[in-house]
Amino acid sequence: MGNYTFQWRQAFRALPQMLDGALVTMQIAILSMLIGVTIAVLLAVARNSKNRWISAPATAWVEVARNTPALFQIYMAHFGLGSFGIYLSPFTALLAGIAFNNAGYLCETFRGSLRAIPPTQTRAGLSLGMGPVKAFRLIVMPQMFRIAFLPTMNQMVWAILMTSLGVTVGMSTDLTGVTQDLNARTFRTFEFFALAAVIYYLITKAVMLGARAVAWRLFRY
Amino acid sequence: MIEIENVHKSFGALQVLKGINLTVDKGEVVSVIGGSGSGKSTLLTCINGLEPIQQGRILVDGTEVHAKSTDLNKLRRKIGIVFQQFNAFPHLTVMENVTLAPRKVKGMSKRDAEEIAVKQLSHVGLGDKLKVYPSRLSGGQQQRMAIARALAMSPDYILFDEVTSALDPQLVGEVLDTLKLLADDGMTMICVTHEMHFAREVSDRVAFFNKGVMEEIGSPKQIFESPQNEETQKFLSNVR
Repeated sequence: MGNYTFQWRQAFRALPQMLDGALVTMQIAILSMLIGVTIAVLLAVARNSKNRWISAPATAWVEVARNTPALFQIYMAHFGLGSFGIYLSPFTALLAGIAFNNAGYLCETFRGSLRAIPPTQTRAGLSLGMGPVKAFRLIVMPQMFRIAFLPTMNQMVWAILMTSLGVTVGMSTDLTGVTQDLNARTFRTFEFFALAAVIYYLITKAVMLGARAVAWRLFRY
Repeated sequence: MIEIENVHKSFGALQVLKGINLTVDKGEVVSVIGGSGSGKSTLLTCINGLEPIQQGRILVDGTEVHAKSTDLNKLRRKIGIVFQQFNAFPHLTVMENVTLAPRKVKGMSKRDAEEIAVKQLSHVGLGDKLKVYPSRLSGGQQQRMAIARALAMSPDYILFDEVTSALDPQLVGEVLDTLKLLADDGMTMICVTHEMHFAREVSDRVAFFNKGVMEEIGSPKQIFESPQNEETQKFLSNVR
């Protein structure tokens, strides 16, 4: 420790490069959330199905996504599928792995939020002459949205942090990939990774503060 | 006119209604009294088709509620129901709670729906709470909002399911006053209630339910002053 001389200037000079990497990180995180939310809705519907041929695969997805390491899921998307002759680029594999993980967690978030709305709300809607679909859309869904919103944003933060695992499948353009590259060329490990950590921290903080602001604006009740 | 003919209803093995016969004419107020589990609340949810029945039939203006060909959504527009637990929509303001169904079910314009809502909400004494969310209302106010919400659909009938049972005693009066107002307006009402004074004062007829059977029905005077049925006598001597 005593003999190490910090060289921050070098790290700060690389900042634009790292911010470019951060953009790629955000791109993957956002895409993985869009895909994840879409699949999660389908999984939630499938898991609630009485037909076991429909519910069982959805349950399996959720079980694997939530009870195995995200690193394993990304590995499988890249090297695992590669064994079967399906080659995904690091970018696609990372995106697929995180989307897989997001879908599993969000499925349970959505199911939980549905269960939190008392069935009497639907009954009240029906008794006013709404059909089941209308009652769901106008009464149940908006309330579910509020319950699921912050946990979903939490998953967004988790997705941002998970992108750092891309480096293990050869991802070199995201924040961690760029940082690792700079590290390999300069051996300024501490400075570069410390700076990367600060950038991750600021991004996730910004996402959470933004989410709170949106929630405050949207959910006045 | 609501015609209930030999209605049997069970939840699994539990028989809740055992052959109920009752006809309610336009403009009539019928109160249903009886102990817990006597089937009186279930009867209401059968009338608007929220619950299926196993035997018998229910006709509302000649339409059989449980017939497969019946459009329940359409039928329910003319049968309002107010629940014990208010069932306010928490994500909507008082105004939105009341205008939702007129707009989305009847296809009314926002302006027309709001005009009706203001009228109904003022009627139940909530004219100054339009922009408020239900969580800011007391139980009695939420229940009055629920009544306004049902009225905004201009139903021909309203079913009241123990609407004062979940309220603090000091809030019961304001809700009962609202019901009286409606009765005076000539609304056709079936009120499941534990409020004997209300049943006595407001109803045209009072029905006593016991264990899924309608033991006795008659004018308030008859039921409260000279009940013929032994179970009715027992029940009334206990609640007094």
